[in-house]
Amino acid sequence: MTQKKTYFLNMGPAHPAMHGVIRLVLELEGERIVNTEVGIGYLHRAFEKHAETETWNNAIPYTDRLNYVSPLINNVGYVMAVEKLAGVKIPERGQYLRVIASEISRVADHLTCIGANAMELGAFTVFLYLLEGRENLYQLIDCLCGARVTTDYTRIGGVKGDLPEGFIAKCRGVFAKIRKLVADSEGLLTKNRIFLDRVDGVGVISQADALAYGITGPFLRSTGVAYDVRRAHPYLVYDRLDFEVPVGNKGDNLDRYLVRLAEIEQSLRIIEQCFTQLPGGPVCLTPWEMKDAFNFEDMGKAGNTALLPRCLAKTCRTLEGSSRDQAAGVTVQDPALVMPPKEETYGNIEGLMNQFETVMWSWGVRVPAGEAYHAVEGGNGELGFHIVSDGSDRPYRVRCRPPCLFIMAALPKLLNGGYVADVVATFGSVNMIAGELDR
Amino acid sequence: MKFEAKTVASAQAFDALRQLKTDGYNLLIDLTAVDYSLYGKCPAAMGWEQNFPSGAPQPRKERFEVVYRLASLDPAAGLESRPRVEVHVPYDEGSVLLSVMSVWPNADWLEREVWDMFGIRFEDRPEIKRLLLYEEFVGHPLRKDYPIKKRQPLIGPPSGELPGSPSFNIVRQEIPFE
Repeated sequence: MTQKKTYFLNMGPAHPAMHGVIRLVLELEGERIVNTEVGIGYLHRAFEKHAETETWNNAIPYTDRLNYVSPLINNVGYVMAVEKLAGVKIPERGQYLRVIASEISRVADHLTCIGANAMELGAFTVFLYLLEGRENLYQLIDCLCGARVTTDYTRIGGVKGDLPEGFIAKCRGVFAKIRKLVADSEGLLTKNRIFLDRVDGVGVISQADALAYGITGPFLRSTGVAYDVRRAHPYLVYDRLDFEVPVGNKGDNLDRYLVRLAEIEQSLRIIEQCFTQLPGGPVCLTPWEMKDAFNFEDMGKAGNTALLPRCLAKTCRTLEGSSRDQAAGVTVQDPALVMPPKEETYGNIEGLMNQFETVMWSWGVRVPAGEAYHAVEGGNGELGFHIVSDGSDRPYRVRCRPPCLFIMAALPKLLNGGYVADVVATFGSVNMIAGELDR
Repeated sequence: MKFEAKTVASAQAFDALRQLKTDGYNLLIDLTAVDYSLYGKCPAAMGWEQNFPSGAPQPRKERFEVVYRLASLDPAAGLESRPRVEVHVPYDEGSVLLSVMSVWPNADWLEREVWDMFGIRFEDRPEIKRLLLYEEFVGHPLRKDYPIKKRQPLIGPPSGELPGSPSFNIVRQEIPFE
């Protein structure tokens, strides 16, 4: 008789098969995992503390770094929580642009997750296919925001700029490509014996456990609960769009893969509907009344200069000039809440003064005292922001509810009892993003 | 997103939350805390008073407030039939707040995070460890009296010996050039 012994294996925080810094201490009995301990916090950047020391608008760039695979959704989530507290309703075109931006981001998120997961299981071709699709989406995002990852697209009161010229046509081209790449990858994976052996029936979590751990998003949907924040609590214009919420039934790695795959198609459909419904008009609230530029000039010539810092010339919302007519003024109740358009800042001295007023200590955007919580559907689930304001120019407290944290807390449930080789497959399928997990 | 806010004293919080769970609030969406020690005492107060025609926000009696956010999710429909509930629990040093780990298992990590960031200790649960920071960290960073620029001491191995790696520079010894 030999006595059974367990031993410990340390995976991470810098393991080649773990994308993201996280430490797993596995207690093994032979090849079986008996117990798992998850250690997180290796990418803690004090987002919440930082946000408290910055002005309301200056906290937006920090949200890019939360879920760095779908930064636009984080931007939208944060500003929507602030707008909820301030009681601001943004122009309709701005709402549509936020939906388009978030869905592009969601597709990029899912493509990355499936691609990386497939690569770890040996399907390197799929990884290259899907990353090509993501690269195309990043180029679209680059077009839209001027940056690939550090997007910083939304503002309190709207978005930074209108769609660039030819964006919709470019999108349609990219979507056709992505559909082809996804179909190719699906053909390579979904009936592939090697892939199925690694994912089918592996990393199973029951519906009751998933609910008990507060898991949301594609992970929860793979267990058969059709909970989607876009459907349960429609925000922006999601109630006008037709989309399905794909669900699985077993809650294993295969279901998570299939749900993500189906969601890519739904997101593309949402964007295409947005393009047909897209109304004209401004994309952002403006702090002051807009006047035609010639009126503006006349006022100056007539010596009426006292009013100039409180007027905005009607200019274009994109820096290249494609939407000059659409910037008709929609003013906000409280002018201290939104920033003047960037064209003003770069275009005339009054605009520059206004810009300085909004970024100077204790002069900037003010949000009324109180607290608010707003959640959006992130790449991994319900991404919520709980915001407390004391009426000053900086948030009093910003709490981000990261969907990843809840999944990682349940990771031992997925791994225990399985083989050590399945850690990579399971961990890849839950799509952990360290930036969001550790904040 | 509709919700009802409730305020419950810390001594009754556990019973109230367990009651809500039996009432069908099966999801603990979030558990967090807010340090209200500087609330209503804005440090950059220039022009601040003008914002409040009906008076500025008042400082609170208790220093902290722990916020539980619950949802009642119907798994078959995937929708929430009732508005969410936000339970606010005022907390001060010395109050006793019981853990809800036995009610919702995900409270484990969330309580660890609140302990880590605010130093709020939950009773009646297994040993509480820091979640995001390391055990040698001094202080609780999301308290309002923790300065943003505070430096933490460098940590070494518990035995105090110097590690072999030169990048681990607790005391860098000069090696003479030959």
